[in-house]
Order: sequence, then structure tokens, then C-alpha cells
Amino acid sequence: MFSHTCPIFLQHYIQLMAKITYITHDNQNHTIEVQNGLTVMEGAVQNDIPGIDADCGGGMACATCHVYVNDEWFDKISSKEDGEEDMLDMAFEPKKNSRLSCQIIVSDELDGLTVNIPSKQG
Amino acid sequence: MNKTDALIIGAGPTGLFTAHQLKLIGLNCEVVDNLDKIGGQCIELYPDKPIYDIPAVPECTGEELTNNLINQLKPFDIKFHLNERVDELKKENENWIVKTNSGTIFQTPNVIIAGGVGSFEPRKFPVKECEKFENKSIFYSIKDKKTFEGKNITIFGGGDSALDWAVELSKNSKVNLVHRRDDFRGAQSTVDKVHQLAKDGKINLFTKYQMNSIKGNDQLESIDIKSDDKEIKTIKTDYVLGFFGLIMQLGPIANWGLNINKKTIEVDTEKFETNQKGIYAVGDICNYPGKLKLILSGFHEGALAARACFKLARPNEKYRFEFTTSSKTIKDRLGVKGD
Repeated sequence: MFSHTCPIFLQHYIQLMAKITYITHDNQNHTIEVQNGLTVMEGAVQNDIPGIDADCGGGMACATCHVYVNDEWFDKISSKEDGEEDMLDMAFEPKKNSRLSCQIIVSDELDGLTVNIPSKQG
Repeated sequence: MNKTDALIIGAGPTGLFTAHQLKLIGLNCEVVDNLDKIGGQCIELYPDKPIYDIPAVPECTGEELTNNLINQLKPFDIKFHLNERVDELKKENENWIVKTNSGTIFQTPNVIIAGGVGSFEPRKFPVKECEKFENKSIFYSIKDKKTFEGKNITIFGGGDSALDWAVELSKNSKVNLVHRRDDFRGAQSTVDKVHQLAKDGKINLFTKYQMNSIKGNDQLESIDIKSDDKEIKTIKTDYVLGFFGLIMQLGPIANWGLNINKKTIEVDTEKFETNQKGIYAVGDICNYPGKLKLILSGFHEGALAARACFKLARPNEKYRFEFTTSSKTIKDRLGVKGD
């Protein structure tokens, strides 16, 4: 019985993480481990990555956690919810591969994700 | 000159409840906010979004919370100065002299900054050269639409402001409407109207284009817009209007000699006072060990800062803690009958 419950028990200690790389506008790479379930925005804010303001705290209401996602990753990320594209209209220099990092939830599938941070958030 | 016991900068939930606390303990106060309405982020960013962590309120929207806070202030006479931004703050003897961008001047021993993440300002074009034409031929809001009569106008944006002005100005001007994608987020009826006007040749519609560069020396001559496929078009235009919504900027607060760290102001947790005597910071804009950016934390911070104001506003009186359930003085201030 113990051997059966042990792996579940252990999960409380081994936090599942994914490596996320944030590249700032001045080409500084910051690779950090972000806990699964957090957003790419939260990973940046909690680790003091410069260039992500997240003024509204993740409510998809401000467009100040704007990032560019590399082509190879863009399609692997869950698609935009209603409202995200609307907010991106207000972002600083939006492009085709723009996303709000508060809407990207970290999971095993995103291990290795790279995002580029724009020069400004507004 | 407006003399007051305390001046609150910011009319969001924290500023409103701080005003309530000041009035409850018998101090008067005035409130300044750069937005044209009361409510701060709650009303500007998420009026319809439900909030689930206000104590004793299982669920309410940003707008409902704002309206309830305004109702709670009804017993009191509080002057709001909307559409005004505090620009200058100077110490004069025991008082702070505070000036707004509209020229209103306050004299007060206490200034409470409840400024959220700063004041709401229009988002601007990323193209640097736009600055030099700002408020001459590039505008982010319209004060007098007559300026644009008979001119070539290029409007950027996809929300209601951009669409409404495109429709309105197309009556008397040549209007180009530029937006970064095919979909517009404005009201469907206005979107339909814009498409109809485009069909009738009253509006030139450029979708999937963004501002690329701007030409002109003293006078704006033309702009280049660039498509997603890097195709560039030149548009001759007299005026450019950008409607990209609002963003929060710390603004002049940064120049008041306060300890600022990552857009927040350092305070103590007894009075929520900054490094300047008589200046307090409460709500999202303040920072101290353990700070949570929750509305409920702002309420607590405001309540304590209000008590701290008492000492400077009434140096010869002693503040006495009282409950609203039992104090006759407080009930008189609230205009309710004691039992």
C-alpha cells in the first residue's frame, strides 16, 4: 500500500517545473524554472525579469505583459481566448506572434519555451 | 487656495474608503483624480469583471464595488477634482502646497497617495518622431472637432473611440482608418457603419497596417504605414489621431523625493507614511514587507493612514478610538440616529 501511495505523496515535494527563457529587448537571456500551472507572466514577475509590467496583475485588462513568441512555439501554446486579441490592439508594437504572457500557462509541454520581451510595455 | 485636512490623490477603491475613514474621525478631505470618473482601475480596467475577495461580499463587479463605495460616502460632503492630475508638491512650513495641471492649489498638512499604478494616460505611437508633432498634428483625444473640418485625417485604432470618431469626422473631412487586423473590437453597429462608409468611399480603410514612420518638418506632411507582409503605403495627411486606450504611468509622483522602488512607494506599516512627513501612500502604489496588492489591504492601509493624519491636522487634540456601533459622535457625522 505504501509503495502505491508513495509517488503521489512525493509529488508534493517534487514541484513540476518547465524551463522558460525570457529574452529582453537588449538581448539578455534569462532562463528560469517556472512551476507548472503558473503563467509565463507570473514566472517573470516572481523572478524579477525586467520588461514585463503586468499592471493589472493578470486580468487580461492592461496589455503590459506583452511578449513575442517564437514561431516554433507559437502553435504549441493554447490559442487566444476572446479578449486577448482586443487587448493586443493596445500593446506596444504588436506583431503576428504577440501574446499576453498572463494567458500562457506553464506546463510540461512548454518546457523550453522562449519568449521575447518588447522594448516597452506602453 | 483650497485648505483641507487631507488631500487624497486617486479616486479608486482605496482612495474612496480612505476618504470615508477621514470623515468618520472628523477630518475633512478632498480627492483628485486624473480620470474623468470615480473608481480608478475598477472602473477603467474591469467594470464588468467579478471580484471574489472583498470581505463579506461574495461577488461583485468593479462597477458595483465603486458604486457601493460612493454610496458609503453619501453622508459626507467631499469635493472631487476629476480630470486633474497632481503635478507639484512643495513643503511650506507645516503644510504641503499641492498644484494640479489645471492650476488648482491645495494647502494641507496631509497628502495621501492612493494612486494605484499611477495615473491613466493615453497610449502613444511607438514611433519616436511622433512626439514632436504631439498636440500639434498628432492627438490622442479630441477637444474640438472643428479643428479637423475639411482636412485629411488618419485615425489609428480598432475600438469604439477610433470607430466613433471615424464615423463622426467622415461627415466633414477625408478620413483614413488604420487598424492592425481585420476585426474591430468596437460595437457591432458602429463596425457595420464603418464598413458601409468604406464601401461608399467616405472612409479609406487600411486593415493589417500599423504606423511605420512619419514625414514633415514643422508641419506633418505624410505618414508611412506598414502591413504584416512588410508592404509600405504612404498616406498624405494633415492630422493623425491615435486611440489605443489608456495605460498607467507613475508620472510626476516620481519627482516628489519619495523612496520609489519598482513603481511603488516605500512606507512604514504603522502610519503608511513615506520618507516625507505628512505624505502617505496606500493601496497598490505602496510597498512594505509582506505587501499584498489586494483591495482589502488598501482599505486597511487607508484606515491607518487616516488616523495618522489626525495628529498633523489637529495637533492640539487627542485622537480617541471609537466604534461606529456605539459612538454618538460618529453617528452624528453619519447622520444616523443613535439608539
